[in-house]
Amino acid sequence: MKLGRQTYAPEKCVYISHVADIAGSDEACGNLRGYIDQVLDCGEWGCDSHEKAETRMREEAIRSLLEKAELSECDVDLMLGGDLVNQIVPSAFSARSFDIPFSGLYCACATFGQAIAHASMAIDEGIGSAICCTSSHFATAERQYRFPLELGTQPTPTSQRTVTGAGAVLLTGKAPLWRCPEVTAYTFGRVIDLGCTDANNMGAAMAPAAFDTISAHLRETGRKADYYDLIVTGDLGRLGRELLAQLMKREGVNESKNLNDCGCMIFAPGQKCGLGGSGAGCSSLVYCAYLHKLLVAGQIDRLLLVPTGALLSKDSSLQGESIPGIAYAVAIECR
Amino acid sequence: MIGEKEYAALVKQASPKTNEAKTLFAAFCVGGVICMIGQAFSDVYAEFVPLDEKSISALVGMTMIFLGALLTGLGVYDKIGYYAGAGSIVPITGFANSIVSPAMEFHSEGIIFGMMARMFGVAGPIIVSGVCSSVAVGVIYYIAGAVA
Repeated sequence: MKLGRQTYAPEKCVYISHVADIAGSDEACGNLRGYIDQVLDCGEWGCDSHEKAETRMREEAIRSLLEKAELSECDVDLMLGGDLVNQIVPSAFSARSFDIPFSGLYCACATFGQAIAHASMAIDEGIGSAICCTSSHFATAERQYRFPLELGTQPTPTSQRTVTGAGAVLLTGKAPLWRCPEVTAYTFGRVIDLGCTDANNMGAAMAPAAFDTISAHLRETGRKADYYDLIVTGDLGRLGRELLAQLMKREGVNESKNLNDCGCMIFAPGQKCGLGGSGAGCSSLVYCAYLHKLLVAGQIDRLLLVPTGALLSKDSSLQGESIPGIAYAVAIECR
Repeated sequence: MIGEKEYAALVKQASPKTNEAKTLFAAFCVGGVICMIGQAFSDVYAEFVPLDEKSISALVGMTMIFLGALLTGLGVYDKIGYYAGAGSIVPITGFANSIVSPAMEFHSEGIIFGMMARMFGVAGPIIVSGVCSSVAVGVIYYIAGAVA
């Protein structure tokens, strides 16, 4: 059901019945210590390249999700996913290991929100179940956007660290027997560009998009920010979170006290990870490893997850283009 | 929605700044230590190697390049660079690091189109500007010599 220009509420119930996640050792030593299902022993994880390691990471997450849900591949109607590597190779290559129809998506680090929004729409249209999986890997992202790993460069004060991790969720129209989070609304993001050109300051580039999507979501659903127990953005980092809070205050959107960011939640303060985590795996990992458990355990009832993405490439930055941002909002509630 | 200029001002005001006292001090110390090591090799070679001064300085350059490459291969040089910044980029060891690190990175794409093709991806601009400026200086030197 269309609630507004950007926001929809599924007419059928869309449950997030199971989650699975996997992360690198740095991520597993951070604030999510003890919450993560499976941890990589090293970046290459027994593979010839980091790209293959990311592919394997996704395969393991999806396989573990199917095991948890006690489903075979043919029981799942659709798999949606994306990552940050050129031509979303890890997503496509991991999909060849499964007998599940695949739809590859790309909205940089906002892909997790995009995937849940599309899957919810598909379930509303009658498909039975869908898997959404996004991932990122520190080493593949460094190569994609920055410099060789061993190059002795110094990070700028506004830089963030790409999360090594993958999170997969199973969306289904069938009501499970336990307390299960539901997708109750989703808001498609607009591409917002306020002219930021610093590729090492993604938080600043994405904060206006996060603000735009959150305010559209609240306006179109008629909800107040404090309707949600938590509003969690994807990977704005500490600076982006601060800028978002300032934008909300300025534009008169009543600021939720429970505004947080997956990028700020993932690493512990002493981990030298700049202003926080980033990457397509950041929001999916934090949701699967932590936020989903809070919802199931009843510690929170209403979550607005807002994965954020910076739609740049290394070449677009070199050509002097500014960095457009996008954010998707997904309302996940236990009713 | 906020305007571009206003937002840029907001970002500037909210962004953390580089602690220049700290980074300059680290760069000065690490860069200084690298140069001291080079000087030490120069003194030792002058003492024990029967070569003229020009060959000794070439030998020192080779030694430092080797050390930079070795530390890059051992995964140490990027950790030094994390603290030292330009202190470990500017010396010749940093030049070695800028060639060895892409060679390692792109090894997975094969020897020819990966490693060999892309090992100058970072150092290429340094080499090109070095060659161009040396030609320019040479021409100026030649003309100045002819005039004098």
